Amino acid sequence: MYDNKILISAGNKKFKLNFKEIWHYKDLLYFLVYRDITVIYKQSILGFSWAIIQPLFSTLIFTFVFGNLANISSDGIPYPVFSLLGVIPWTYFSATLNASGSSLIGASSIFTKVYFPRVLIPITPVISKLSDFTISLSILIIFLIYFGIAPGLNLLFFPLVLLLMIITASGFGFWFSALAIQYRDVKFGISFITPLLMYLAPVVYPSSLILNKFGYDVYLLYGIYPLTGIIDSFRAVFLNSISFPWELYLISLTSALLVFMTGLIFYTKTEKYFADVA
Amino acid sequence: MKIIKVENLSKAYRIGLKEKRSDTLGGAITSFIKKPINNFKRLRNLSNLNEKSKDADVFWALKDINFEVEQGDILGIIGKNGAGKSTLLKILSRITEPTTGQIEINGRVASLLEVGTGFNPELTGRENTYLNGTILGMRKKEIDSKFDAIVDFSGVEKFIDTPVKRYSSGMRVRLAFAVAAFLEPEILIIDEVLAVGDAEFQKKCLGKMQDISQGEGRTVLFVSHNMTAVRSLCKSGIYLENGYVKENGNLEHVINKYFNVLTDTNFILNKNIELENEYIFIKNISYYSGNKQINNGKFEIDKPNTIKIEFDNKSIRGNFNINLLFNSPDGYNIFTVCSPVKNIDIGYHQYNCIIPENFLNDVVYYISVMFVNNANPILNFDNLLTIEGLEPPRVGSWLGKFPGLIKPKFQWNYNL
Repeated sequence: MYDNKILISAGNKKFKLNFKEIWHYKDLLYFLVYRDITVIYKQSILGFSWAIIQPLFSTLIFTFVFGNLANISSDGIPYPVFSLLGVIPWTYFSATLNASGSSLIGASSIFTKVYFPRVLIPITPVISKLSDFTISLSILIIFLIYFGIAPGLNLLFFPLVLLLMIITASGFGFWFSALAIQYRDVKFGISFITPLLMYLAPVVYPSSLILNKFGYDVYLLYGIYPLTGIIDSFRAVFLNSISFPWELYLISLTSALLVFMTGLIFYTKTEKYFADVA
Repeated sequence: MKIIKVENLSKAYRIGLKEKRSDTLGGAITSFIKKPINNFKRLRNLSNLNEKSKDADVFWALKDINFEVEQGDILGIIGKNGAGKSTLLKILSRITEPTTGQIEINGRVASLLEVGTGFNPELTGRENTYLNGTILGMRKKEIDSKFDAIVDFSGVEKFIDTPVKRYSSGMRVRLAFAVAAFLEPEILIIDEVLAVGDAEFQKKCLGKMQDISQGEGRTVLFVSHNMTAVRSLCKSGIYLENGYVKENGNLEHVINKYFNVLTDTNFILNKNIELENEYIFIKNISYYSGNKQINNGKFEIDKPNTIKIEFDNKSIRGNFNINLLFNSPDGYNIFTVCSPVKNIDIGYHQYNCIIPENFLNDVVYYISVMFVNNANPILNFDNLLTIEGLEPPRVGSWLGKFPGLIKPKFQWNYNL
């Protein structure tokens, strides 16, 4: 049982995260994630196959348009593998961004009736969308086998990429969910901006294009956009031909941590209003 | 021990105001352009409130609330709709923050502002039990150990692995209440959740509520409009009116305050009517419960009541009697009481109609008064009087309202 003494007072502006309390509610997080995963494909014919269909079809279309028609370079990697390695982390990020951004709006019927650590709400989709992500890795394995590509030791860095993905998704989740509950424009804005964000990330083109055209400094600057670090290091993890882009990864990690911390602070400072503005 | 201490608590909300509309094309265009800016200000201000907020759209749902709750107390919070009861519960359960003031709570709080919070129609009864239980602050282990008892109490064993969307609404409510009934916090906050399910299940709920609140020195805060339930469950009370605490402490005082405000009427509804004509002059009509004169017409249904009519007979000759028509507020005549037909002398008369104890129910009655001479009404007042029955504290676990417009206590014989 967590701390039994509760003090409620007006105008408390200090940033405080009650880890003991969050720990008490870990089972709630588990069941929220469980609910998300079980409910999403209920009463659908294809069920979890959707987690494969989405990235697979994006990859096929990108291969046709960008790989064949536009002939965009893929650093010597077969274009389908190249773009799938971009599409998978991208799909996770965009799905989380949409789900997390509207998570508070969707949970308003719960948090206006019961108290529990509000921070669990945008975290839930960050975890539950990992299931789709994991399922989509199976096509990746098929692609790698088909194209005869064997991952090497870089595979050990996979947890690092996962960590960066989770931090980035949670950070944006905190920001957008807290903003969207008060300003619904954010919700519309997210669905409008996600396709644009995809073209900003090296999903259909390699970041070496930036490096070759604008030089190394701009390339590192590009890393501030955390998706650059995520996608480039995700590719490196599975393709032995690319060395792990440490500099880019660290820049992306720093910027993701910045988004995460500021987002968490903003979220916990505004959470007391959620029930009033919802 | 003081388990809850509330000091200078206030809560302000912003309510929407009607927007100005321009009637010129230019004005319409300007206001269209300005609209996003105004929208932004309006939305930003939703969370921008303090004790000095005096804008026209600021509404104070609670104002300077102070009270303390002892450990083991069962506190009834009563008041009309919009008095601030739910806001108070929401602040106490940490759903929303107060605008001013502070609260000290010494214990683990669980709040039931509705049953079945977070129920997902796609999930099965079992899954929802766990989801709802953890939302209410239970741990998985805790639910594991109580699971059988919860299912047993809910009576939906057969459907526990069926998605809740296939449940009837009654089954859903029963399962939801069952989960809540097995919470074991030190402080329990309950808002009107009793008004669910059929009569039988309500009875079960109230019985369970009594068990919960009487067990192990638990503190309960209970908001309800059902005075019978409040009377039987609670030990003390708070009466809220327009955001202020109007009465605090002794439950009977608090409930009386509530009733006086609820129907702040007089026994005689219309005092301006002409009570005199060529035949008769009505001097006074009064109402007694036991020996006590009651001006607001509220009586306890287990005591005899008297309607006393005093009049001067000016010119009535022949057969005379008085009819009292007891009507329900929706205009339906429940029964009529006629005085014996008599010849009366000119001059002062006093008629007492005695309503026996244990005959009327705890509802509102309107009474029409009719004076009859030789089968002709000579003076007739529609719904002139009103009385309201109050029920004394009840023994037993059923606390719902007894249906019916009257509640006679007939004689029973046993095992003849």
